[in-house]
Amino acid sequence: MKVDLSKVKAYGDTLNDGAVQLSFTLPVPAGDEAREAARQLALKMGLETPAVTEMADLGAGFSFFVVYGRCPHTVDYAAIKIPKREHEAMSFEEVNEFVRAELKKKVVVAAACTGTDAHTVGIDAIVNMKGYAGEYGLERYPEFEAYNLGSQVPNAELLARAVEHGADAVLVSQVVTQKNVHLENLTELIELAEAEGIRDRMLFIAGGPRISHELAIELGFDAGFGPGTLPNHVASFIVKELARRK
Amino acid sequence: MDNKLNLDRATIDGARATASRIADQLHGWINLYTTTTIERAVARLLGVDGVDAAGVPLPNVLVDRLHEKGLLGHGLLSWLARAMLSTGRNAQEIAEAVAEGKLDVAAIPMLPEEKWRELGDRLAAEAAAKITARRREREQMMAAAAPDRKPLLYVIVATGNIYEDAVQAKAAALQGADIIAVIRHTGQSLLDYVPYGPTTEGFGGTYATQENFRIVRRSLDEAIKETGRYIRLVNYCSGLCMPEIAAMGALERLDMMLNDAMYGILFRDINMRRTLIDQHFSRMINGFAGIVINTGEDNYLTTADAYEKGYTVIASQFINEQLALRSGLREEQMGLGHAFEINPALEDGLLMEIAQAQLCRELFPRSPLKYMPPTKHVTGDIFSTYLINGMFNLVSIITGQEIQLLGMLTEAIHTPFISDRYLAIKNAGYIFNNARHLGEEITFKEQGRIQARAAVLLGQAYSLLQEIEKIGLEEALERGLFADIKRSREGGKGKDGVVPKEEDYYNPFPDIFLRRCHIKDDEGRAC
Repeated sequence: MKVDLSKVKAYGDTLNDGAVQLSFTLPVPAGDEAREAARQLALKMGLETPAVTEMADLGAGFSFFVVYGRCPHTVDYAAIKIPKREHEAMSFEEVNEFVRAELKKKVVVAAACTGTDAHTVGIDAIVNMKGYAGEYGLERYPEFEAYNLGSQVPNAELLARAVEHGADAVLVSQVVTQKNVHLENLTELIELAEAEGIRDRMLFIAGGPRISHELAIELGFDAGFGPGTLPNHVASFIVKELARRK
Repeated sequence: MDNKLNLDRATIDGARATASRIADQLHGWINLYTTTTIERAVARLLGVDGVDAAGVPLPNVLVDRLHEKGLLGHGLLSWLARAMLSTGRNAQEIAEAVAEGKLDVAAIPMLPEEKWRELGDRLAAEAAAKITARRREREQMMAAAAPDRKPLLYVIVATGNIYEDAVQAKAAALQGADIIAVIRHTGQSLLDYVPYGPTTEGFGGTYATQENFRIVRRSLDEAIKETGRYIRLVNYCSGLCMPEIAAMGALERLDMMLNDAMYGILFRDINMRRTLIDQHFSRMINGFAGIVINTGEDNYLTTADAYEKGYTVIASQFINEQLALRSGLREEQMGLGHAFEINPALEDGLLMEIAQAQLCRELFPRSPLKYMPPTKHVTGDIFSTYLINGMFNLVSIITGQEIQLLGMLTEAIHTPFISDRYLAIKNAGYIFNNARHLGEEITFKEQGRIQARAAVLLGQAYSLLQEIEKIGLEEALERGLFADIKRSREGGKGKDGVVPKEEDYYNPFPDIFLRRCHIKDDEGRAC
């Protein structure tokens, strides 16, 4: 099997079959017309030979569909360039050792879930003592001084506290993404930091289930961390970046 | 009571008695204070509603004026009754006059006590009668509806627009949901007022307002007619306005309220005192209104580890139970919370979930336990999440849970699509039907993994309760014994709203709300 990396297609069970699956709801009652509407919508999406394999009546005039089809489009995989964090993740011990050897001072981190967001699961996983998936959180790092400010912290307060503690890095978590509130909130943080002339005094790092490194960079952050991030990933980035800037 | 876990009776009794003493310690001071939101709730119960020209709710206008003049410690109702007697206006007209600057709160004369008391008592009795009428209405509708099939299916809607919420709520009911929670704006818990009128914006949901309660209630009442089932409406009686939300919910026939004694302290950083005082008043309203409360222990397991800290849930349930009893809630009104949050990668994790869920069942046999779905360890892999939710449903049917908040396959991705709820209901419907009586067929192996785990959890919970009794709940919260979150006694939001009661403090509602509790049923329990 030879994959042409300049023309990659979706794969079902045969190279270049273009097979994809999708599901969606239409605000029309279930029936033959609804099924046909779902098929036509899949055609308009560009799918070839779409098959509606399931139609379910959701009540109140909605119907749900599972659709399979073949997507004729290709992407040029070979030409894709994604900005990546340059740092390899170090372990808990390696990070602390690195701080002692290279930075020679404790790394101060101020972290919060900002705006109206009350979902602390992400920030807790990274910062709290316990950490996540067996990886200790930043509070446990002997060479870190971590302040978890909790949820619903206004951007201005996060910055004030970061300055007060002399933070080297600000960690902000955004879980609620309805109507792109996370984008507004993250943008506001950077604008405030710039207005107060502290943007370059500390690292700004964003995290959350819908955050990518690319997105964070675009919003003016130094790094972004998405799903699957462990505390040592964030710690490694912070210490290496601080060393690089020294 | 089921005793499949072979639990030690003495440990259970000891834990419950310890929790009772912890609650008594708190009640040593709770009744010495009122709060701004308690007095606003009184205003709302008397029919004060609407906003002033600047959009400030009239209950806030009234209470703020009295607070500024140092009059709040006497109770809003004594002032209001005197104002009504001396001006000849009703409560709403007086609030409007104060808002327009036409009535100075300090200018109301001190009338003979028996006169204003008589009016105050009568107004409170009339307000209570309105709540009782809504309660009777619910009881009649439930009696006329098809009998409940437990666990009840609980889903959330959270479009951010109340009209859209109403449509989705009804659709969910038609799909088979028994309980609909309308999620509110994530920031509302920290607002020291309740917004007014219908709202069509907000993140993670729109606001809880009395008009919004009405809009969704109407929509669900239509669903009741269409399905022949009673569909319960839920909102959030938490944050800085617990008593007011309770008052609104009681008047608009909500059926359930998220109403935890400690949630606001831990997860919203609301002042300890404020929360403990407010929870008591709000729970008295909920108790009187026949509302089932849901407690929030599940949240502990999203911040702390569910396996290591499972016992904190049990300890907190005991405390929540004792505090709720003191607010006139019956055990049948206590939807004590817990969750399926053990890391799915853990070997025998399912056995540990069964042990925890069965333990809750056996410790609180009359309470309609509220079981929360996995959220912490589910990711964007919707297929895997759907399977984990199935395991959650299986544990629920085996262990006899009653309020099942359905897991969404798109948890951690976005607020649920209408189809996510459909798929969740289908998942639960399949498992509950397919394994309906599995629990009755199961006995657990003597000293086996499940029994052993339950015994450990109960023992740890008892130790924690003993420690809390020794240091007091406030100190325990300061030390971070729950959810690994530390809260200082003097810190947190809303502290300014706590007001010591003067000796002549007047508020007839607690007596009315708790009167029922002096009547005992055949088993000697409060009715």
